[in-house]
Amino acid sequence: MIFLLYLLLLFMIAGAIIAIETKDLLSSVICVGAIGLGLAIIFLLLGAPDLAIVQVVVEVLSLVLLLRVVVKREDVTIAHRYRYGEVFATATALVFFGVFIVLASMAYKEMPAFGQPILNVSQRYIAEGMDKVGAPNLVTGILLDYRAYDTLGEATVIFTAIIGSLVILRKRGRIRHEGDEPHS
Amino acid sequence: MKGMSLIVRTITRLLVGFILVYGAHIVLYGHLTPGGGFAGGVMLACALILLVLAFGKEAALDIVSENAASAWDCIGALLFLLIALLGLTGGYFFRNVLDKGKPFDLLSAGTLMWSNIAIGIKVGACLFLVFLVLAAFRIRDEG
Amino acid sequence: MGPYILCSIILLLGVYAVVAKKNLIKIIIGLLIIEYAVNLMLVLIGYRAGGEAPIRTEAAQDAARILVDPLPQALIVTSIVIGLGLTAMVVALCIRLYEKYGTFDVLLIRRLRG
Repeated sequence: MIFLLYLLLLFMIAGAIIAIETKDLLSSVICVGAIGLGLAIIFLLLGAPDLAIVQVVVEVLSLVLLLRVVVKREDVTIAHRYRYGEVFATATALVFFGVFIVLASMAYKEMPAFGQPILNVSQRYIAEGMDKVGAPNLVTGILLDYRAYDTLGEATVIFTAIIGSLVILRKRGRIRHEGDEPHS
Repeated sequence: MKGMSLIVRTITRLLVGFILVYGAHIVLYGHLTPGGGFAGGVMLACALILLVLAFGKEAALDIVSENAASAWDCIGALLFLLIALLGLTGGYFFRNVLDKGKPFDLLSAGTLMWSNIAIGIKVGACLFLVFLVLAAFRIRDEG
Repeated sequence: MGPYILCSIILLLGVYAVVAKKNLIKIIIGLLIIEYAVNLMLVLIGYRAGGEAPIRTEAAQDAARILVDPLPQALIVTSIVIGLGLTAMVVALCIRLYEKYGTFDVLLIRRLRG
């Protein structure tokens, strides 16, 4: 099982590198879809079927939204005009990543090993979750009974994000009269 | 936005009912099997988006209009808040006041099933509305 | 520790795409990759070796099963759906920018003031 987990993680890394570096926008969007599918299979292997269902369906919706922007647009790229800026940005990024990986490895040594978590709070949820809530699905019991405030916050955040996108794409703006200068 | 070919339209006519029923099953049995409000709600939105993609925007908006999607979105959110305020009658905010019933039954675990239904309605209508606005309206410079 | 390091590499690839790319679509793709990496990291922390999905059954030896930690899973479910809302809002901004300036190139947009 661990071998399959490593294989899928390497598949995700390869997909991410391809999605970032390729020049064709349609190919990179499809690679993002492949990364999401690998993530859903990893969730199944780690014992989280709830998450796998949500991940697959949300992945499909994200792909539909991204494809709407990418298809039928001409990609106007200015090739190699800002060469020095690009080399400097890449070099800085590589140095920063090296430092981050070194510090992260030192931090991961202090954490509990992979596969042996310290179940401080969840011990109580697992032991008496079914008796007190009455639902066999412990994840739904936590989401809607023990931690229901977080679900209320999530409903509010989704509501606000959707209202935000509706406002950005509003078709009726201010009424323009003849002779006004163009408003940004 | 036009629809798609005859094959896609025929298969959609056959399948869209099954997808809606499966999404409703995942919402209703959320406290017994993996799933719940979020997974089922996103599936309901996907079924409605399939209708818009296969039949074109005008034909599908006769079935579920944009104002109806916006209204169901608000109804779902207010229903969830109502269930939360119902807990105040039992003591504190969000308390599980309905009775627990036998485990592994459909009508068990108090307010969990009703909360799942409210969240399923809200998430489904919300994501369908955002798809309508983003992907189905023509922007000005498109031919 | 191995899966944690690989997950950090995915996170760093996403950060590189947001910081060093000039095409607006590539920046959005970097944002999506960061979100996948963060969700994966939190679920990896909650995994128990030999554990199963946290659903109780009617079997006789149900109390002796090893279950995976259910708390990170409950919080990541909301996080995934909020990520979809974020993607919708960023794509709406992108469509608006393309309508106004006619290009996806970030450097050109920065120089054209409306």
